[in-house]
Amino acid sequence: MTDIDIAHEIPLAAQRPPVISTGVIGWLRANLFNSVFNTILTIIAVYLLAITVPPMIRWALIDAVWNAPNGQACRGAGACWAFIGEKWRFILFGRYPYAEQWRPALVVVLFIGMILASCDRRMWGRRLLLLWPVGLALIGILMWGGVFGLRYVETELWSGLPLTLVLAVIGMVFAFPFAILLALGRRSQLPAVRMVSVAYIELVRGVPLITVLFMASVMLPLFLPAGFTIDKLLRAQTAFILFAAAYLAEVVRGGLQAIPKGQIEAADALGLGYWRRTRLIVLPQALAMVIPPLVNNFIGAFKNTALVLIIGLFDLLNTANTALTDANWQGFAAEAYIFTAAIYFCFCFFMSRYSQMLERTFNRGHRR
Amino acid sequence: MASETAAIGVQPSRPAPWRDPRLRGIALQVAFVALIAAIIGFLAYNTTVNLRRQNIATGFGFLDREAAFGIGETLIAYSPADTYARAFLVGLTNTLYVSALGIVLATILGTVMGLARLSSNWLVAKLAQIYVEAFRNIPLPLQLLFWWGLLRGSAPSPREAWQPLPGLFVSNRGILFPVPLGDPAYWWMAAAFGAALVIAYAVHRWARRRQMETGRQFPAGWLGLGLAIGLPIAVFVAQGMPLELEWPVLRGFNFAGGTAVSPEFGALLIGLVIYTGSFIAEIVRAGILAVSWGQSEAAMALGLRPGQRMRLIVLPQALRVIVPPMTSEFLSLTKNSSLAVIIGYPDLVSIANTTMNQTGQAVEGIAMIMAVYLAISLSISLLMNLYNRSVALVER
Repeated sequence: MTDIDIAHEIPLAAQRPPVISTGVIGWLRANLFNSVFNTILTIIAVYLLAITVPPMIRWALIDAVWNAPNGQACRGAGACWAFIGEKWRFILFGRYPYAEQWRPALVVVLFIGMILASCDRRMWGRRLLLLWPVGLALIGILMWGGVFGLRYVETELWSGLPLTLVLAVIGMVFAFPFAILLALGRRSQLPAVRMVSVAYIELVRGVPLITVLFMASVMLPLFLPAGFTIDKLLRAQTAFILFAAAYLAEVVRGGLQAIPKGQIEAADALGLGYWRRTRLIVLPQALAMVIPPLVNNFIGAFKNTALVLIIGLFDLLNTANTALTDANWQGFAAEAYIFTAAIYFCFCFFMSRYSQMLERTFNRGHRR
Repeated sequence: MASETAAIGVQPSRPAPWRDPRLRGIALQVAFVALIAAIIGFLAYNTTVNLRRQNIATGFGFLDREAAFGIGETLIAYSPADTYARAFLVGLTNTLYVSALGIVLATILGTVMGLARLSSNWLVAKLAQIYVEAFRNIPLPLQLLFWWGLLRGSAPSPREAWQPLPGLFVSNRGILFPVPLGDPAYWWMAAAFGAALVIAYAVHRWARRRQMETGRQFPAGWLGLGLAIGLPIAVFVAQGMPLELEWPVLRGFNFAGGTAVSPEFGALLIGLVIYTGSFIAEIVRAGILAVSWGQSEAAMALGLRPGQRMRLIVLPQALRVIVPPMTSEFLSLTKNSSLAVIIGYPDLVSIANTTMNQTGQAVEGIAMIMAVYLAISLSISLLMNLYNRSVALVER
């Protein structure tokens, strides 16, 4: 008993926690060396980093050549960033007339601005319906020209990042209404409509995009009446719209299936017909539910545009590829692809982060 | 009141025909089908007219003609004197080969990376996250070209080949590694492996029944693993350990002996596996996170060891979430293997493309590609749905 009394009378001075459980050491112990297995993993990971990262830094930064008149002067142990310095305008804007390249540059800025504006939830609704037609019209004027004293530039010359953005964004914008119709068709009460929708969706989803692109570039001219030609870009764009619509339709169908039956019954009880019910009750709820997967789908479509090099369009990847064929600058494939990959990465990474953020926001109400 | 009582017992009048939902549905469908048929008919008519104008014969007769183009890599015997049909078959086997190998390797890589992202080891988790984010967000064609450029363009000539491991050579002619020389002992080892699987299955059945009846456990899993490894090794030792490898040797300007993986195949496989692996990693991670922590706590409270907890509690529940999206990843890997055409690996699409360029039979060529991919997609879906049924939640 007396022991306890003594303890009460002389309070112990507050002691600092043991060194090994706080600060850097504590963090290391908790996160890297908390078991034998983890210690082994850490050692392996550090070893792998030690043998790969320093040579990469030496290649990319220390030994790199930043300025060189031609490829010969650039050849060394490190990366040749002078190649990018020489070719960046070609990789970004490709064969678009050099003097007019401010126009595609402005188009890229417009696209990014429109995408950013669409990401803001306060903008959702009528404002976007106003923004997009105006924005797309502006982009069309800038790219084609021929009015307001702008030089006319045919679509053959459109290339690089603007072309990639045109294919992806226009593709999604036009695929979306088609996808909604397909999804509604797949859920329709009418067997003939349902069967045609299912057949279309499954057929397109079952084949690679390449075959759809081939079909558009090889077979579309055969499908049309003689003497009727459409240009290459429009053919590829059609293929993209038809392909993306099948995938989007499945996303939209997911939203349609998640609508409780009571909503539809309530709409019927109010005397709404099929189209009014769909437009006023079903679609607003269904589409709001599938926005995160829609963004993911958009990322997929953006990456898919890189396939058009197969049919000879000059998208961002193909301009990088073409830049590599310059006889004065031979053998800098790694530099060109890393530069291009960085551009794709910035777009896709931003969008995937955005979709994750949306998912978290939307799930907040449902989480128990 | 009077009107209400009068209404009872009176049949609702039939709506006018143009207001009857049933009749309207039928009319709508007839119109819809007619529209679709008209569009298809219009396209088909234009196509036949255009083909006749260009003097291209329709039909699959061209398949019996001589292909007259060489194919770099074949799994089955092929020469330019063979028919187009044979060339298609070569392309199909190449597609199936690279897809099957890619699916297996991507599943392994993705599972490892998905588990690594959940590791309590900060460094491992971060490295896995960097892998996933980097490779998921770069288009596959770009990655393929990058790997191909690395293997084909940046790799040294055979004389200065890199040798990361003794006997493994990386040069711009591809990746070479030694293969064991054929020996009858290997067939016996394969037979022993098969026998071990059969015995292990029988022991597993018996152990399960005994556990059900008496509650006593039997380490059937470890016994099976021991058999599967031990029996072939025992046969190997009994046969006198015939370990003669055929080493790749530099002869003149190229290697002889060993087995070579061409830069095209190597780049395609590496690209497909790394790209798809990053998606599978996310699926595996999401699947395991979907199993609530309470399940793991309950397992611990029951006294299950970490291995048992994973195998008996977490994994069966996670698989329900993992299998359906995994199916679509397998499908997209198979479809993405058609990107081989970019780097010149002779897959089905690339060979069909050559054929279409030579013969002009675009409609038939594309129809064949589509039919093949549809068949592959449906088979994978079917297999995975069967597997999904075995892991799906059994409800009352």
